[in-house]
Amino acid sequence: MAGLELLSDQGYRLDGRKATELRKVQARMSVFAQADGSAYLEQGNTKALAVVYGPHEIRGSRSKSLHDRAIINCQYSMATFSTAERKRRPHGDRKSSEMSLHLKQTFEAAVLTELYPRSQIDIYVKILQADGGNYSACVNAATLALVDAGIPMRDYVCACSAGFVEDTPLADLCHAEESGGGTALALALLPRSGNIALLQMDARLHQDHLDTLMEAAMTACKEFSKVLDSVVRQHLEEVSDLTRD
Amino acid sequence: MRDTPLSNCERLFLLKAIKEKKRLDGRQTYDYRNIKISFGTDYGCCVVELGKTRVLSQVSCELVPPKDSRPTEGIVFFNLELSPMASPAFEPNRQSELLVTLNRQLERCLRNSKCIDTESLCVVSGEKVWQIRVDVHVLNHDGNLMDAASIAAISALSHFRRPDVAIQGRDVTVFGPEERDPIPLSIYHMPICVSFAFFLQGSFLLVDPCEREERVKDGLLVIAMNKHREICSIQSSGGIMLLKEQVLRCSKIASVKVSEITELINKALENDKKVRKEGGKFGFAESMPKERITTLKRDEAPVEMTDVKETADDIVQRTETTTETVPSPILVATGTAQIGEGIVNSWGLDEDEDDELQTEDRKTDEVVVITDSEEEEVVILNDQKSKKTSKQK
Repeated sequence: MAGLELLSDQGYRLDGRKATELRKVQARMSVFAQADGSAYLEQGNTKALAVVYGPHEIRGSRSKSLHDRAIINCQYSMATFSTAERKRRPHGDRKSSEMSLHLKQTFEAAVLTELYPRSQIDIYVKILQADGGNYSACVNAATLALVDAGIPMRDYVCACSAGFVEDTPLADLCHAEESGGGTALALALLPRSGNIALLQMDARLHQDHLDTLMEAAMTACKEFSKVLDSVVRQHLEEVSDLTRD
Repeated sequence: MRDTPLSNCERLFLLKAIKEKKRLDGRQTYDYRNIKISFGTDYGCCVVELGKTRVLSQVSCELVPPKDSRPTEGIVFFNLELSPMASPAFEPNRQSELLVTLNRQLERCLRNSKCIDTESLCVVSGEKVWQIRVDVHVLNHDGNLMDAASIAAISALSHFRRPDVAIQGRDVTVFGPEERDPIPLSIYHMPICVSFAFFLQGSFLLVDPCEREERVKDGLLVIAMNKHREICSIQSSGGIMLLKEQVLRCSKIASVKVSEITELINKALENDKKVRKEGGKFGFAESMPKERITTLKRDEAPVEMTDVKETADDIVQRTETTTETVPSPILVATGTAQIGEGIVNSWGLDEDEDDELQTEDRKTDEVVVITDSEEEEVVILNDQKSKKTSKQK
């Protein structure tokens, strides 16, 4: 993409943001009444829906239940119309399976599964519109859905992507920046303890810049945690107002 | 079939040994097992042995139409298979989590880092490009499949040669390996994966975990780097909580390990090239150790066997020719009998009353054919009798 300039000389990006600015995040909880927990999240133009069916008995084969903790079942899917070109996306293809596995590992680290032995927690995430940062939108939406379902967690799991263009780390990449071929780092963080729940990086980056890039991603995750916290507090105020009346 | 479960005694013993910074096979914390790279007879075939883990990699190529989105670039396709011979837990045709993880990790490590020049694989833009296919088969699973698979894939790609192509206008000519020497691929750098296993909530760290250590671990971090200290891929899995300092320390360890492994791969490639140039023996069979109980391979004794074989062939031919002479008298008798029957038939057409006699003669002729040559004279006598009866009438 020789025509597009990812970072201008004045330090502005394609969509007018500074290097460390996030896109506008809007989120709503309790979107569906029939689910135990649900959330809708917009991260710029990326739209994600997450649904959680709370701790319930193991369905299907009971041989996979664990006697000391719950198992987490994650399923990630993208809508056919979510990208510019229509793609039929079966659930079994490799990228969806890998993304489901990453989500499962992320939330196995964050959710207190020891409190629900022999149980199953289902997390279903769907991307309605993809404009970069799909993994982080899924993680953030699923975190809100888990909070809505009342499942105890260690901390908010906040995920963000980061890139590296012209020796400058960029936070919260959009699709043009992701497909530009540069480095893309996706990081899921528990912001209070600073623990990294999942780390994934593609494309080449020199080792000396890894510290800078991870620092930028962690800072962006902490900003995300503030946004998620405000959404949750607003939702709790509304719910408590309703119950108070 | 399921894996044998790990006992609590073994698990506790392993964790206690890791706390004391000891490993079962006597390695240090940051040591790899003995890596052995051997190449096959054909170009692009490679077997990597990482201790007891064995991985086979084979590269093949084909001319295909390119994708519409990228008409000037070739296609590189990766496929990793976990065969049931590697471990009893691997069932065929089952998409397990490990298979998805390894396949995607290998794809991201080798394709997204752009280690192969895909534009050099273009023959005719929009019409014909080379498709390189890398098949990785796991033959034995003793832990750390990702490192062995990445070493096998990058070694096979470095070893592979594709056929030469000549283009004149619209004509594309592909030459065989006898007509022109095949051309190696254009490889920019060699990304190699290094696996780190974390134990006891990330307190302890091991490089190159074996199979038992993998079953005890909390999480796994795979860092793919090249020898220029460029990180090509990072992937954490297993639900482990890491800190940033741990990741940075792992990347420093990985850069040292990748430099050593890259040097080893280059040395193996140079040795193979030297052996092929000098006309020496190459292939998998040559790398097997000789004169062991489990290996039926030894030096050939210089015994002259060609003359013996020719003599045996002569003896076999003589016995065959002698037996062939046996059925020839029967054939002669059969031919003679046929002639006799013809004569009788020509006589019988003149008079109708002799048909009954002819049928009797035919029966006697049939009996004569089966028996020996003594009764051929009887046949002649019968013919004379038939002639006499015709003269009397």
